[in-house]
Amino acid sequence: MRDEGRPRLDGWPLRAALAALSVAALVLAIGLAVSTGEMRIPLAAALGAICDRIFGTAFAPSRIQAGIVWDYRLSRALVAACCGATLALCGAILQALLRNPLAEPYVLGISAGASTGAVAVLIVGFGGDVLTLSGGAFLGAVAAVALVALLAAGAGGGTDRVILAGVAGSQLFNAVTSYIVTTSASAEQARGVMFWLLGSLGGVRWPDVYLAAPVALAGFAVAAFHARALDAFAFGSDAAAALGVPVGRVRAVLFGLTAAMAATMVSMVGSIGFVGLVVPHAARFLVGPGHARLLPASLVMGAIFMVLADVVSRILVPQQVLPIGVVTALVGAPAFAAILYRSRRLA
Amino acid sequence: MTIRLDAVRWSASGRVIVDGVTLDVAPGSTLGLVGPNGSGKSSLLRLVCRLRRVASGVVTLDGTDVAALPRLAVARRVALVEQQAGTEAQLNVRQVVALGRTPHLGALAPWTTADAEAVETALDQVGMAERRDQPWHTLSGGERQRVQIARALAQEPRELLLDEPTNHLDIRHQLEILGLVRRLPATVMVALHDLNLAAMFCDTLAVLQAGRIVAAGPPEAVLDEELIRSVFGVRARVGRSPHHGRPQVEYLVDV
Ligand SMILES: Nc1ncnc2c1ncn2[C@@H]1O[C@H](COP(=O)(O)OP(=O)(O)OP(=O)(O)O)[C@@H](O)[C@H]1O
Ligand SMILES: [Mg+2]
Repeated sequence: MRDEGRPRLDGWPLRAALAALSVAALVLAIGLAVSTGEMRIPLAAALGAICDRIFGTAFAPSRIQAGIVWDYRLSRALVAACCGATLALCGAILQALLRNPLAEPYVLGISAGASTGAVAVLIVGFGGDVLTLSGGAFLGAVAAVALVALLAAGAGGGTDRVILAGVAGSQLFNAVTSYIVTTSASAEQARGVMFWLLGSLGGVRWPDVYLAAPVALAGFAVAAFHARALDAFAFGSDAAAALGVPVGRVRAVLFGLTAAMAATMVSMVGSIGFVGLVVPHAARFLVGPGHARLLPASLVMGAIFMVLADVVSRILVPQQVLPIGVVTALVGAPAFAAILYRSRRLA
Repeated sequence: MTIRLDAVRWSASGRVIVDGVTLDVAPGSTLGLVGPNGSGKSSLLRLVCRLRRVASGVVTLDGTDVAALPRLAVARRVALVEQQAGTEAQLNVRQVVALGRTPHLGALAPWTTADAEAVETALDQVGMAERRDQPWHTLSGGERQRVQIARALAQEPRELLLDEPTNHLDIRHQLEILGLVRRLPATVMVALHDLNLAAMFCDTLAVLQAGRIVAAGPPEAVLDEELIRSVFGVRARVGRSPHHGRPQVEYLVDV
């Protein structure tokens, strides 16, 4: 009830209908993603192939098509969905905790930190056999969060400072990444590393799905558990504390969570910008600012956005796949400007 | 319902800001905190609801040390209206007031009709019921303040702490809000700058100067010309209102 800005339909039937509708939209987007590509596969055939694998039916017209759909495109679409969902969640959480509409993993340098960690493991062999790529990305992301928090606190801790600190952090981590690449990488490695900086879903396979999906769902569960606490941050951390929110613990848990979620995704697909920025704002526009609705809406819309961005990246230039970060930035940068403009007007 | 402070000290940036304050606020009564800018009124209120931890001394609520209470337990009984409140979030009036229910709802507990009623009652009490759907950002300064007060009322506190709740309000709403606060069953501590309002609406006054209490007691015992001169550096004459019988301060300035 309390989330309504203006009178709206309410109650569980509507919520159930909306949930069903958004899941249907996501399924449709994934259907589109698995049917587009160098070999066009009709939507019905693509869905049939997926059905075959799951339920043992025999709808798919050909083995080759079924193989392409299942082995390449579906895993890619699912990872895209998980990444989009996760990054959007991170954005929604960070915007609430830092009380800044521009906060998100990419802008705050968390993605850059994760890239640096991943590149360090990949090229320098940092961490020996113990540290996996995801582990390296996680350490990098945590370092970035710590650096941003430290810089922002040192600069007076205002909500604007955090963005400046994030800019400084991203520059630093990107410089370290470039340093590692130019000094230690072979030419071939260096070309591959571009992928960390712009994001790519190229090498994604089923094992990535088994990592990305649990992280996205568990992250959502933890975030949803803190929905009321996030609402209470609206007037600042003192106001949240006065409403009984254990501010220190909630911050630690949720910053840790965003670092872990962003790091997992970056270790798989590189750093993809602006999803975490654009999607929560769009979701807020549709469902209002209450986190009990904003978090699930961000989850689903982030997933749909990224799946569609991947489709666009594959069809925009014929015979060529653009890095997905290019597509999200083309949408995201103007949105960033619009949000900046609007928050200036409100202030 | 009893708020008691015993030799409370707090310092920040190496400066003592609250310096050995001892106070006793009787259940259901209203205590006015007055004092010049920077005398420590806001800091003291933050110590009472444990937004800051005392360096030494104790704050007790009904005999329980607040330092020993979990944050949630404090929030369930003490509500604070800060001197200023701002947000980037696009909330409307009702959503802001609904935040007051946060301590009474668990992480996953559903919003109930009792919660909705508490919100509506609070909106009515501050005269903002008709504005329930208006965006916070479009409210005037005084309307924002009334909404924050409604948020605190929706918290259904046993102890209510108000930091200059009237500083943006027109005269009618100043009188209404302070009258409302005084009638509430809660124990109230309110920081005020207007000595006449403080004298009219508070059962007791405590005068802070540089973090220390320099006078405390019923308004008629506390407010006198010598105190106003020494604490605020202002010449004044204190009389009695023939209408309500409370002290009335007249400032002696040449205009
Ligand atoms: N965290 C802090 N660090 C340093 N100084 C502080 C801090 N908090 C408060 N102070 C100082 O303590 C003094 C008391 O502040 P406080 O806000 O309690 O005053 P106040 O009585 O509420 O004043 P006003 O009437 O202006 O609201 C001020 O001089 C302020 O600068
Ligand atoms: Mg103050």
